Amino acid sequence: MYLQKLQLLNFKNYEEIALDFASKVNVLVGRNGSGKTNLLDAIYYLSFTKSAFATSDLHCVRKGESFLMVKAAFKKNNTVFEVSSAIQSGQKKVFREGGNEYQKLSDHIGRFPVIMIAPDDVDIIKEGSEARRRFFDSAISQLDKEYLNHLIVYNNALKQRNSLLKMFADSGRPDWLAIESYDRLLVQHGEAIYTRRKRFCDEYLPVFRKYFNFLVNEAETSTLAYESGVLTNGFQEQLVRNRQRDLVMQRTNFGVHRDDYIFSLGEGDLKRLGSQGQQKSFVIALKLAQFEILEQHNQFKPILLLDDIFDKLDDQRITKLLELIRSDLGQLFITDARPGRTKDLLDAVGVEATVLFVDAGRISVGH
Amino acid sequence: MEYPSKLIEDAVNQIAKLPGIGKKTALRLVLHLIKDKSENTYALTDALVKLRGNIKFCSSCHNISDHDVCSICLSQRRDRSVICVVEDSKDVMAIENTAQFVGLYHVLGGVISPMNGIGPSELKIDSLVTRISAAQNEVKEIILALSPTMEGDTTAFYINRRIKDFTVKVSVIARGVPVGGDLEYADEITLGRSIAGRTLFQ
Repeated sequence: MYLQKLQLLNFKNYEEIALDFASKVNVLVGRNGSGKTNLLDAIYYLSFTKSAFATSDLHCVRKGESFLMVKAAFKKNNTVFEVSSAIQSGQKKVFREGGNEYQKLSDHIGRFPVIMIAPDDVDIIKEGSEARRRFFDSAISQLDKEYLNHLIVYNNALKQRNSLLKMFADSGRPDWLAIESYDRLLVQHGEAIYTRRKRFCDEYLPVFRKYFNFLVNEAETSTLAYESGVLTNGFQEQLVRNRQRDLVMQRTNFGVHRDDYIFSLGEGDLKRLGSQGQQKSFVIALKLAQFEILEQHNQFKPILLLDDIFDKLDDQRITKLLELIRSDLGQLFITDARPGRTKDLLDAVGVEATVLFVDAGRISVGH
Repeated sequence: MEYPSKLIEDAVNQIAKLPGIGKKTALRLVLHLIKDKSENTYALTDALVKLRGNIKFCSSCHNISDHDVCSICLSQRRDRSVICVVEDSKDVMAIENTAQFVGLYHVLGGVISPMNGIGPSELKIDSLVTRISAAQNEVKEIILALSPTMEGDTTAFYINRRIKDFTVKVSVIARGVPVGGDLEYADEITLGRSIAGRTLFQ
């Protein structure tokens, strides 16, 4: 699959642009702040129905404007799909494919998969468990729509249960039956989420190891382990056992929303002991493994967005990554602040690339 | 917006508090009222004052009523062994319009949604339990006619558990394909449910 055309109107710093892309490697060159990452974000938005960075949809709208539109043509198995979206303040966000509006945005996610590798990806390792759950949830959601539905219901039930706990903590008169009404949903959907996460990790680990070992050339075994309270204890029983504590803390202390993924290298914990370089390689391997699993599952390659990636890697790893690109990663978008560098690197390994110069919201095609 | 008169501004602000009405619509309504015959405006305010002052809620089923007990609960022609549980009075009107139901109602006043500040005690659920208990086995069936949403389902689950010790049958309204609708346009979840909940052909 690849992105043929992209039109933006008032998306972040872009007033109005229309672009055609190469089906293989596209290099976006421009100074910091010129809008390279914003262009990647527009592509990300078209896949995930939301920005990778902005916390609110309206933050994607160009300053001083009240609406935005994005439009794209994806080519998949020789068929062209037109995807468009509009955001206007005070109105519901609209997403269309082939002129038909989606009733639920979640129906769109996974149809035109995109994987972004960005500098702040190391947060997956450094931040709390929420960052890791977000990464894996997004990875699984792209494969499995049912998983996404389970997550939506689970999170909704969790919010309701927590609100109920607050309510009862205030009134001092807990109605355990009402709590149980939500426990039932948490158990039903939580178990489905647990099973899917576990199955995904089993499938994912060998692929991940392959990429990690390729990137670092080290003998140390890298591991990621899915850790869930559901594994060792009955879900329902734990919810009942934790009730008093839940009531005191006014939130649900047990469930798949507390799951974590433990990353380790050799004997050590990656978060504390891994070097910067090891951590970077680890997250790139995480993303590349996600790429391969998505490809296996869909029978076509997702679009890969590489934001500022060469800046953060040493020569050895850059060489490795270029090797992968030469072996065909499908359509790629690479941003680079230094003119010439990426192009030279690609030329050196014989990869043909289209260069797009980005300057303050304007884009011109170079050679 | 700047208004030429404080009187207009006050009226607009009050009307714009109503659901579905913004400031522009409110202004249009206000300007209309000024232009219209004054009797009409007085008739309107009179109706509203009377509405608020005199409207009652049935002490038995909590439906909107002109008297302490509503006409449905008082009627001798209604079947007292079946109670249909609904969210609000709008649902009573909708079910009455079907002319398919001759039992009594029980209006909850919403569904359980703690995020919006509605716990079980904010609803008329205790009152339903008391009502079934007071009727001393006269009630044979409870029909739960709640929205097929997570909140509706949770409320149904809760009520079912609260009344499980009574010897009443608890049923829920069927979920499925709309009459006159095309199968291919039904969404997967609805169609799936209607397959699972299929009925014998009669």
